[in-house]
Amino acid sequence: MLVEALVLSALLFVIGTVGVLVRRNAIIMFLSIELMLNAVNLSFVAFSRYLGIEGQLYVFFVMTVAAAEAAVGLAIIIAVFRHYETVNVDNFNLLKW
Amino acid sequence: MTEPSRIAPEALEAVAQTGSGFNPLLPGLILLLPLLGFLVNGILALIAGSREGNVLRSAALAEPDSEEERVDLQHKEDAPRRATHTLPTWVGPGVMLGAFILTTLNFLRMLGSGLQDPTVITYWSWMPTGTLAVDAAIQLDQLSMIMMMVITGVGFLIHVFSVGYMKEDPGYPRYFAYLNLFVFFMLVLVTGANFPVMFVGWEGVGLCSYLLIGFWFQDREKADAGKKAFIVNRVGDFGLLMAMFILFATFGTLNYQEIFAAAPTTLVYGGGVVTAITLFLLLGATGKSAQIPLFVWLPDAMAGPTPVSALIHAATMVTAGVYLVARASVLFALAPVSAAAVATIGALTALFAATIALKQYDIKKVLAYSTISQLGFMFMAVGVGAYAAGVFHLMTHAFFKALLFLGAGAVIHSMHHALHATHKDWDAQDMRNMGGLRRHMKWTWVFMWIATLAIAGIWPFAGFFSKDEIIWYVGTSAPFGPLYAVLWGMAVVTAALTAFYMARMMILTFHGPNRTGEAEGKHLHEAPLTMTIPLGILALLSIFGGWINVPQSVRDSFFGGFGMLPMSSWLDEWMAPVTAAADAIRLEQLGAYAYQSPVGGGHVTWGFIATGLAMAVVLAATWYFRSKDVPTAVEQGAPRSGFGKILYNKWYVDELYDRIIVRPVVGISRFSWRVVDRVLIDGTVNAVGAVSKGTGWFGSLFQTGQLNTYAFILALGALALLGVLIF
Repeated sequence: MLVEALVLSALLFVIGTVGVLVRRNAIIMFLSIELMLNAVNLSFVAFSRYLGIEGQLYVFFVMTVAAAEAAVGLAIIIAVFRHYETVNVDNFNLLKW
Repeated sequence: MTEPSRIAPEALEAVAQTGSGFNPLLPGLILLLPLLGFLVNGILALIAGSREGNVLRSAALAEPDSEEERVDLQHKEDAPRRATHTLPTWVGPGVMLGAFILTTLNFLRMLGSGLQDPTVITYWSWMPTGTLAVDAAIQLDQLSMIMMMVITGVGFLIHVFSVGYMKEDPGYPRYFAYLNLFVFFMLVLVTGANFPVMFVGWEGVGLCSYLLIGFWFQDREKADAGKKAFIVNRVGDFGLLMAMFILFATFGTLNYQEIFAAAPTTLVYGGGVVTAITLFLLLGATGKSAQIPLFVWLPDAMAGPTPVSALIHAATMVTAGVYLVARASVLFALAPVSAAAVATIGALTALFAATIALKQYDIKKVLAYSTISQLGFMFMAVGVGAYAAGVFHLMTHAFFKALLFLGAGAVIHSMHHALHATHKDWDAQDMRNMGGLRRHMKWTWVFMWIATLAIAGIWPFAGFFSKDEIIWYVGTSAPFGPLYAVLWGMAVVTAALTAFYMARMMILTFHGPNRTGEAEGKHLHEAPLTMTIPLGILALLSIFGGWINVPQSVRDSFFGGFGMLPMSSWLDEWMAPVTAAADAIRLEQLGAYAYQSPVGGGHVTWGFIATGLAMAVVLAATWYFRSKDVPTAVEQGAPRSGFGKILYNKWYVDELYDRIIVRPVVGISRFSWRVVDRVLIDGTVNAVGAVSKGTGWFGSLFQTGQLNTYAFILALGALALLGVLIF
């Protein structure tokens, strides 16, 4: 049972990572990050079955933080969209020397 | 509640220190008064300074059509006398009078006390470092007292003279501030009880000399003359510093008393250490006293106001070298080679400068070379161990040379006014433009003849007793007899040359027909009383000043009025406590030998010969120059050929120094600038900068601003970290 859960978690994580790396749409990248977080949550839950309740505790933490992050992140994306009228991150390259 | 012992600890201490009843009266105040004068005049100068600048600026801004208008404009501006001009008239000479009175009182006290050991008064601990402890202390003894008398006495007279001379100068308060400051530093120089305090005065007078030579600093040439004096003196100061370092390494102290007490036992007679010390001291002395090889600055120093030349560059500061040798007489007595070097340098300088003076036309230049020559005589005296004779000549020279300079100042003052009144652009200092001034300036003429006879060494004037005493002592000294015989010959020749060029100066200036011009002649006038009265006092001193040190045999002869002179050998006896240690060393090492002339004859015989020779030369020169038709400076110009040209150009010493010292130094500096500084140092610094910049540029390539790149690098990093953790 644990092995299957961990394999699924790893798959989800890799999909999320690749999504962040290859996609250019900020919203999609954001979703991919959520996917990575939830992949980790899945591992936590799987492990907590054998190692104790703390794993599930951390999952709640992660979900809380992810909710806050989503709120802030989406707000930023909306602000950027209002300015550029696009969410393609290739256009956001001002922060460099 | 008052404790009795707290009332006058200084007084008690002073008595305890001397043990001979000499109780100095406010000696610190003597030094403090000129400093106070400097502060007051300095503040006034700052206030007046802005106005002085305004005058010059407005004169320049007004863009007058001609030079005449510009000068008139300047004169109009400084016509009203404000408080900044009237106060220095009282403060400047006033503090000098106070200092002179105090010095005289102390002198009289010392006279009555029979002081043997110097009185050292310590004010505070100046540099209390581990092994070197230097106190701010002054030392009163016979030598410093004589020097203080000359400085404050002659200094006071020159301050009074300056009131008349500098009256119309916009920088009047600044002038008195510098002059007071100079006197302060000069007093520090002669009263310091250790080498560092003396050095403070030594450097201080150098600074004031620089400030006063360049007093009219708007004139590029004059500012350069000040710089030259300052730089040449640095060479001498290097010698003095080296001497101090070796002294400290040898004795572990820099106090006069301790060094001179320990020297005879610590140092080997004629040894390397003492010879090195004294030779370095000599280098310092040649700088300050304008001897070969460092004499070149003094003639240029004549760019300053004439009273400054009289005070600093004739009477006081330039004698500091003689003072130094006399002060360190113990060391020089222990180093016969150095002593001989002192005498040789003195004789060479005396003769060399006298030849140059023969062909100078600027009245102040003649006096400048004459001063160098007379300083050479003093060096001869202290070199052969006749310290009292050296100080004696220092004193009489201060009288008659100050008189000559001030007289020349009066002449220049008058000439300047005459030429100014008719707007003639002739040189007011060129003797060829003068002539016949005795009809216009009777008193100055009389006084200057007195000084001329004195410096020529004609009985009964001061120079006869002091200079011929030196020549007498130089005659046969020890331990290098033949050398001293040669020096004696040079001294005699120099004495004859002195009589010649001084008579030439007097004839060209005061006798014959007037060459200034018809219209100008009407404006020639005698100087005001503030200028002639100091001249008169100095003239009296030039007559009687020599009578304080007459050998007994001379006193009993015709020259002493067959015993009529009030004193005999007074200065020798007065100076005895100061020179006793040196005399003892010379006696022990060289045995009792008699000073005499190399060709025999007693004091009296040589007195006749010397004064006869001087008289003959003066008369010959008088006859020669009176019968000569002197062209004016414009008609004649500089000598174009022959020996006269070489002398006129001062043996080309300045040019020689320019070639062998100044230009190589400039060349090395240019090399240092262009190669060492620009290529090596700047190159290294710039290379470091370029490397940083390049590294930064390379690093900046990773900052693309692309979010995906960062995410990719982040993922790579995470993978790498993971790899490290796993394997």
